Amino acid sequence: MNLDRLARSFLLVEIVSGMASTFREMFRPKATINYPYEKAPISPRFKGEHALRRYPNGEERCIACKLCEAICPAQAITIEAEPREDGSRRTTRYDIDMTKCIYCGLCEEACPVDAIVEGPNLEFATETREELMYDKDRLLANGDRWEPILAKRLELDAPYR
Amino acid sequence: MAKVTVDGIEVEVPNGASVLQACELAGAEIPRFCYHERLSVAGNCRMCLVEVEKAPKPVASCAYPVMDGMKVFTDTPMVRNARRGVMEFLLINHPLDCPICDQGGECDLQDQAMAYGKDSSRFQEQKRVVKDKNIGPLIKTVMTRCIQCTRCIRFATEVAGVPELGATGRGESMEVGTYVEKALSSELSGNLIDICPVGALTSRPYAFVSRPWELTKTDSIDVLDATGTPIRIDTRGGEVLRILPRQDEAINEEWMGDRGRFSFDGLKRRRLDRPWVRRNGKLAPATWAEAFSEIAARFRGRLGAVVGDTVDAEAVFALKSLMGTLGSANLDCRQAGEAITGTHRAHHLFNTGIAGIEAADRLLIIGSNPRLEAPVINARIRKATLAGLKVAYVGPATDLTYGATNVTLETDFLAGAERPMVILGRAALARPDGAGLLARAWEMATPTPEWNGFNLLHAFGGQVAALELGFVPGPGGLDLAAMMGGGVDALWLLGADGFDPARIGENTFVVYQGHHGDAAAARADVILPGAAYTEKDGTWLNTEGRMQRAYTAVLPPGEAREDWKILRAASAALGKPLPFDTLEQLRAQHPLFAGIVPDTALVAPPAGALSDLPFAAADKNYWQVDPITRASPTMAACAQAAQTPAMAAE
Repeated sequence: MNLDRLARSFLLVEIVSGMASTFREMFRPKATINYPYEKAPISPRFKGEHALRRYPNGEERCIACKLCEAICPAQAITIEAEPREDGSRRTTRYDIDMTKCIYCGLCEEACPVDAIVEGPNLEFATETREELMYDKDRLLANGDRWEPILAKRLELDAPYR
Repeated sequence: MAKVTVDGIEVEVPNGASVLQACELAGAEIPRFCYHERLSVAGNCRMCLVEVEKAPKPVASCAYPVMDGMKVFTDTPMVRNARRGVMEFLLINHPLDCPICDQGGECDLQDQAMAYGKDSSRFQEQKRVVKDKNIGPLIKTVMTRCIQCTRCIRFATEVAGVPELGATGRGESMEVGTYVEKALSSELSGNLIDICPVGALTSRPYAFVSRPWELTKTDSIDVLDATGTPIRIDTRGGEVLRILPRQDEAINEEWMGDRGRFSFDGLKRRRLDRPWVRRNGKLAPATWAEAFSEIAARFRGRLGAVVGDTVDAEAVFALKSLMGTLGSANLDCRQAGEAITGTHRAHHLFNTGIAGIEAADRLLIIGSNPRLEAPVINARIRKATLAGLKVAYVGPATDLTYGATNVTLETDFLAGAERPMVILGRAALARPDGAGLLARAWEMATPTPEWNGFNLLHAFGGQVAALELGFVPGPGGLDLAAMMGGGVDALWLLGADGFDPARIGENTFVVYQGHHGDAAAARADVILPGAAYTEKDGTWLNTEGRMQRAYTAVLPPGEAREDWKILRAASAALGKPLPFDTLEQLRAQHPLFAGIVPDTALVAPPAGALSDLPFAAADKNYWQVDPITRASPTMAACAQAAQTPAMAAE
């Protein structure tokens, strides 16, 4: 027993087997990716940065029903509404405090018109807190930027809803 | 009495009661849309179906009279099935627009669809669409949502007494409307919003503003008329968003006048939110300390004080105490110079009580238009007329919403009445022959210890408290008229906007304490920003003398403070600190706040001469009567719509 251990340590068996493993991996495909130049695939249900969507004709979807505000467990959403000039129900204020948000996705679930969605974007770190207080313009801009992907994600997830 | 068994519970109900009432008594909740306790039975929504033993079909419990020995079942598979079927029919033509509907969260249909609705619809055809009606600046209509329960039609016809709403067409094409587009001419129209079980009639000023679950609810009292309607103030984030009536059988049943319900947007405009001091003839913003030092320096000489119409009893008492310690008896709360002395309670109270109207058999209204002065009391009178009360009025011809004959003071209308009743308008006492009218009305009412039919109808919620606290000239004191034109050197106006401030003498030092920058504030030398009725804990007395407490719903704006605190601070600045530091200590100073009032002795008022002066025109502006309502855009829109009833769409 003792002799066996002694022989192993003198012959560097562990190191050789470790090196062999390393050598073997060198010829296998890489598991790591070169972030931020490469990104891992994410599920269509991934809950990232919020966005307010629009209809294809440019009309904003949100109708100020306040269900997302009501369901938000972190109370991160603040909505104020009033009749728009054409009499339709619209928000005058739609704020999300991204520092409060826990990214649970309940707002998305509650929304009857698929207006508020959590998109695939997870790269919205900022240097100051203030930048994470999203207002309606910011959310609508997010929606405009991500719309093709957002629509695709909803389509992919639709069979399971 | 009939014995009815509801789900095994035996209850006894009067003969002629409906099965629904028996079920309520037994504690079984029956879903309903068209049935309303205070309206006639229509029986058209069919939601209240129950099973009755030996009946072959489910019966509509609201319209089915009880019979002795009847056995009712409210929760059997048959009942549930029937109600599910009814719900499915109701939802066929009801749009699925709950997310944009203002009733969402407090909707009867929504709630009951949770209990009896299916998860999805079998209806594949086109849904009905109905054009929205414009029925005035207060009520927003989305008639597609209407489930045709006809509660609004029955309310307008039966309670409000303005049969302007009706239904056209039948079946699916039935539509509720005013036939010809016009604004509703009722002062109780806001109640349509409350009784509509769906979102067809909603509040226009409140449109899309908030959801019921976001609101903080505070109990309060409406002071904009003398009914003393108990209200619930709904606030969010320090802003009053809407006002709803609470129920009180003795006062308002469950109705409320539009003025109190919709004028709160005036609380956000033209507010005094900081003290002002007049320097070199111009009002300049100041701090509280500067305002008080100005008062300490100049509130001297012959002093006088006037309180306004909507001030809480605590502030009135604090001001009276302050003037007492300063040794002045020049107090007045009768801004129009009404002939009320305040010595006998019975002379300035609504002695029969509001509920007592239903006990009277003949009613004479003198110099008052209860429809405009207290629409809720008018609805009670209307209710009594439907049960047989005979009404006559003295004054210019007007439509009181019920049959009333126009008589003169000489007519012996109340002769032979078992329970005669007289309603004297407070405005009538401001006539030169006010004292005579008071005596004449008292004499006509022939009060007895059992039935005192003399009633004075005040105009605002703060007027009775000021009289009960004796805010009238003390021994040797000057009244309002004598204080004008230099009668006093310094005048303290506590929310007093009811008289022309130009009458005040040029050299009189005027302190205005109140919440709105109205005419009196413009005349003031020092302005102290006070709190409006939604912003303070206070006590108000309605025209019956009923003591009611209101609680703080929102905080006063800016540097404004509760009125009694301002007076307490001012007393310290004047070197005569008042002996209370908290509201409780203040209330302990006067028995009124404990609800203790002297007995209502039946002493006839002193006789006075009557003149043949005509009574003032009856069609006054209901909407704009005080600084709050004058500052309210909603009330302005109503006043405008009232002038042009056949108003075109916005």
